[in-house]
Amino acid sequence: MDSRITEKLKILADAAKYDVSCSSSGGKRKNENKGLGNAEGMGICHSYTEDGRCVSLLKILLTNHCIFDCAYCVTRKSNDIKRAAFTVQEVVDLTINFYRRNYIEGLFLSSGIFSNADYTMERLVRIAKKLRQEHKFNGYIHLKTIPGASEELIKEAGLYADRLSVNIELPSENSLKKLAPEKSYSEILLPMDNIKQQLMQAKEEKKLFKSAPTFAPAGQSTQLIVGASAENDQQILLLSDQLYKDYSLKRVYYSGYVPVSADNRLPIITEPPIIRENRIYQADWLMRFYGFDVKEILDDSNPHLDLDIDPKLSWALRNRHAFPVELNTADYEMILRVPGIGVKSAKKIVSARRFAALTFEHLRQMGVVLKRAKYFITCNHKSLQPYDFDSQRIRNKILFGDGAVRSPLLTQQLDLFRQVG
Amino acid sequence: MHFYTYDGSFEGLLTVVFEAYERKAWPTAIEQEQLAQPGIFGTTIAVTADEEKAGRVWKGLQKRLSASALKELYYTYLWEQPGFEQTIFSYIKLAFDNSESIEGNYTAPCVLQVQQAAKQLHREKHRMEAFVRFQKTTEELYYAHIEPDFNVLPVIISHFTKRYADQLWAIYDTRRRYGAYYDLHTTTFITLDAAPRKGIGVLPESAVMEEEHTYKQLWQVYFDHVNIPERKNPKLHLRHIPKRYWKYLSEKQPRMQA
Repeated sequence: MDSRITEKLKILADAAKYDVSCSSSGGKRKNENKGLGNAEGMGICHSYTEDGRCVSLLKILLTNHCIFDCAYCVTRKSNDIKRAAFTVQEVVDLTINFYRRNYIEGLFLSSGIFSNADYTMERLVRIAKKLRQEHKFNGYIHLKTIPGASEELIKEAGLYADRLSVNIELPSENSLKKLAPEKSYSEILLPMDNIKQQLMQAKEEKKLFKSAPTFAPAGQSTQLIVGASAENDQQILLLSDQLYKDYSLKRVYYSGYVPVSADNRLPIITEPPIIRENRIYQADWLMRFYGFDVKEILDDSNPHLDLDIDPKLSWALRNRHAFPVELNTADYEMILRVPGIGVKSAKKIVSARRFAALTFEHLRQMGVVLKRAKYFITCNHKSLQPYDFDSQRIRNKILFGDGAVRSPLLTQQLDLFRQVG
Repeated sequence: MHFYTYDGSFEGLLTVVFEAYERKAWPTAIEQEQLAQPGIFGTTIAVTADEEKAGRVWKGLQKRLSASALKELYYTYLWEQPGFEQTIFSYIKLAFDNSESIEGNYTAPCVLQVQQAAKQLHREKHRMEAFVRFQKTTEELYYAHIEPDFNVLPVIISHFTKRYADQLWAIYDTRRRYGAYYDLHTTTFITLDAAPRKGIGVLPESAVMEEEHTYKQLWQVYFDHVNIPERKNPKLHLRHIPKRYWKYLSEKQPRMQA
């Protein structure tokens, strides 16, 4: 292989990396044709970048030529960077050969928009089709849906892809107008709604005919950029909540804005808002796995997530009347709301207490972390806390007390925010 | 005091359980034959693996335990850490002694230990499924060697058999000196008959296809360019891939020249 491929890979991986979706799970494509690959069940992270993100898929752009000029995007038309384009065959070869060596779970293919939306989308679909039909490839394929692509092409994409996604990127119509003048919310939401309809239809047909074609079995996702525009955390989470409910999205990804351009439409920041992004993810998890309503996490008087502490602890400190929770009798749903207790610990607690009254010693042995939880629980009506601290005291004890661990990154970023604020 | 020895197989271990029940002589220790220290006190009972006896114990367990609990028990065997035989014995005895299911009773030490051992094994299994890197040999065989902390080979082969149905592949455990080979139809366990020496099972450079270097290099290029330097987070990076796994990963090796 010549150095041209190496050069293209450099450019087109660089251009694709700000799309943070990496999931390779939820596919139901079994290897039934004695072909290559199997994408049933769990996703696999084959490596991790030095920034700590999972590498599961070959994530590339087909090309970084683009007719749009979105301020936040490294690939925008007005940016003076090297441009490149893969051929269909090159993408297929890379995918197959990386997959055969167990480097990846599959392909994540996106693209800058060249000529027009349909022309671009058609190329993406052609690659997926070739992988599935000519190479009997059953690995994971995630295709980006190009805003403005026709319904027919999206429908065809869903036949070959495991997941489809349309990125909203900016959390409000206003910001979109300002930073991505060629895009509009309606143009983004239309394909999203389209995919949702197709997913529902395919599900119905599956009920009737087992042989009905599957449509993007791993569903659809989107991405929101955090920190490139002025929306607060409440606006972002309300939007996510709506996307989960109205469009049945599998995932909303959040990408802390990495300053990739000196475009004057953007705020001047020196570092990506990693802590804020992390808190938003935690809040997203609370909505999806912990039974929290978005309105419990943030409201008009608290529109920002607390950067110092996680949103569950934050909620607990505002709702002291709900505690302490007696672990031997409380509902599973309430145990899940205890700061520091996750889904696995909560399940273990509920399971083990059927056999014996749990003590704190049991909890320690089971690996339940008590650092935060101890202020909010009792075991057999005993507490590890002799005093009834007020919320501010608990907050301080958790943040600065014995065994408080703060990553250097957190300290650094919080210092920065203090300087700014 | 009753010391049991067995041949190290899962079947052998289940036979020990059978014999212990037969004699009502609960084991003080269970050890593999070749590792066992002759005891001064008590009796040593050398158990020969017996398919029928082991089968009866397993059938009895199937009536009392769910499929996932049976899997955890088998995982504890593959976990191979000191004392695993006693843990398995205590777990089986607890299951037989109780009329109610013991699953999820994490207040019982052996149930908790089995859960934790199985979790460790599962994690290592998942890591091997992720970090195995095949190299294509001149004979069109995709080959990888591994040195897992626990004996995960028996539980990773079904994953690779389903995944790579159309290519010849082999995975060799250099620590336990055995491997698995897929011939496009079935996967079988193999041993290499070369005299035991260091480096057995490691692919010599001459056996590797030319194109291998190209893809290794492309993978390194990809790995470097998918990274976002502004977000560098070495602590998180190491938590996900501890250093002991780096030897498998071409992206963590010195950069190759084109």
